[in-house]
Amino acid sequence: MLRRFVIHEPRAVEEASALLEAHGPEAAIYAGGTELLVVMKEGLAHFPHLINIKTIPGLDTIEASDGMLRIGALATHRAIERSPVVRDAAPVLAELEAQIANIRVRSTGTIGGNLCFAEPHSDPATLLVAWDATLRLTSRRGTRDIPAESFFTGLLETAREHDEVLTEIRIPLPPARAGTAYERFKTHERPTATVAAVVRLNGGTIEEARLAVGSVGPRPHRLRGVEAMLTGQRPDADLFAAAAERAAADAEVIEERFESVDYKRHLVQVLSARALATATQRAHPRETGGD
Amino acid sequence: MIDRLDTRETESVPATGEAATTIRLETVVNGRPVSAEIEPRTLLLDFLRDRLGLTGAKRSCDVQVCGVCTVLLDGKPVSACSTLAYEAHGREVLTIEGLARFGELHPIQQAFMERTAIQCGFCTPGMILTTKALLDENPRPTREEIAAYLGGNLCRCTGYWMIIEAVEHAARLMAGEEDRS
Ligand SMILES: Cc1cc2nc3c(=O)[nH]c(=O)nc-3n(C[C@H](O)[C@H](O)[C@H](O)COP(=O)(O)OP(=O)(O)OC[C@H]3O[C@@H](n4cnc5c(N)ncnc54)[C@H](O)[C@@H]3O)c2cc1C
Ligand code: FES
Ligand code: FES
Repeated sequence: MLRRFVIHEPRAVEEASALLEAHGPEAAIYAGGTELLVVMKEGLAHFPHLINIKTIPGLDTIEASDGMLRIGALATHRAIERSPVVRDAAPVLAELEAQIANIRVRSTGTIGGNLCFAEPHSDPATLLVAWDATLRLTSRRGTRDIPAESFFTGLLETAREHDEVLTEIRIPLPPARAGTAYERFKTHERPTATVAAVVRLNGGTIEEARLAVGSVGPRPHRLRGVEAMLTGQRPDADLFAAAAERAAADAEVIEERFESVDYKRHLVQVLSARALATATQRAHPRETGGD
Repeated sequence: MIDRLDTRETESVPATGEAATTIRLETVVNGRPVSAEIEPRTLLLDFLRDRLGLTGAKRSCDVQVCGVCTVLLDGKPVSACSTLAYEAHGREVLTIEGLARFGELHPIQQAFMERTAIQCGFCTPGMILTTKALLDENPRPTREEIAAYLGGNLCRCTGYWMIIEAVEHAARLMAGEEDRS
């Protein structure tokens, strides 16, 4: 049973921020509530003041312009999955969103809630880190943009200050000759391992590679050692196998009840090899499409 | 600073928020207007079952996983076990009780019976409402689309094949392509 709380209905982000400031740790932002209400029902946390940000207009907009895809924090997983703008500008994200949870959670749960809760088994977090997305946080003190990777600071922990509202996710659209691939593996409700790769080619060599791993540890992060060993190389199966081995070794992994560290490292290796190969193929479909 | 804020509750509620306050809920359930005083913490499932006596939606996992508490909120499936009744304000709720019209079963209910997609029946209200949401937005889904859309509704009895067949049958019934047997 839920303990008692009141629900506030701010009309503007600044008002929500003022409420957070006024009620301090007694207040929490309430978006879709798919995480928050379960945590409160189980008695793991209690907030006497819920601040319903769904009464703030305009926070669920999805638009692409000037090489940037902007997704409002209140956009639901379902809205992102079905958005023609996302399907056109970032189809990998639309496919990822379609795999999250179940239809009920997707219809209600927001991308902002997913990121701010920072539950490590997150699909979008891993892809956004690989994409170098930035998260826009607004409070009465002002607005700041923070890179997705530095937003996630630990298990259920983010760089968001208590009075800040996540308003927008800003994704720089990949330049020409860049391909993205996303791989996940799951045995439970949420993913056990998630890997995202971005590969940009120039005349048959890898000009830039980004590899992000998530779900296996406390937070999603880039694998910069792996990225360095790929840069300037010609893409082939041997290179990817070596890169995947290094990815498995470098990933920050924690043991969980049903998954050992070894098991998770193995998953990272398999998914990294797949993601790198697919991203390369997508970077230059005609050149490498045949193999 | 607080008194500057024009939200409904800040004026009347003590800082702890533990005192009982109620809010007015104006909603439409199965086509009927409903007006009630509720506590903000009231879950939609408890409101439907305990206040309105609509017991078709059930509670099992209580954490958004199994789908036996599924109802439609403005046509979209939600887990009533983890949704505040507050969210129904100004919106329409459809439960399994609202599907049959004038004593005649909805084609989806008919299809589930005809294809023996029901055994114990515990999952059935949720399965049927999720099917309704699916067919309303995609009248001719493929088997893969059906399996993906219903993937969050668990059934411990049927093994799912009959359910998928029932959904295909329902789609045909609703398109008027097949007579009810
Ligand atoms: C059964 C189940 C299965 C799931 N499976 C997956 C999965 O496969 N993959 C995956 O990635 N995720 C999965 N999830 C997580 C799901 O994506 C999140 O529950 C959902 O997106 C959270 O959004 P919400 O709007 O409901 O957040 P809420 O529950 O409303 O909020 C979550 C937290 O974020 C804070 N918050 C919310 N919005 C903001 C904001 N704009 N600014 C600042 N703080 C904010 C809240 O205060 C709260 O602490 C699953 C969840 C469930 C319940
Ligand atoms: S009881 Fe609500 S999803 Fe299981
Ligand atoms: S018929 Fe028994 S759970 Fe589905």
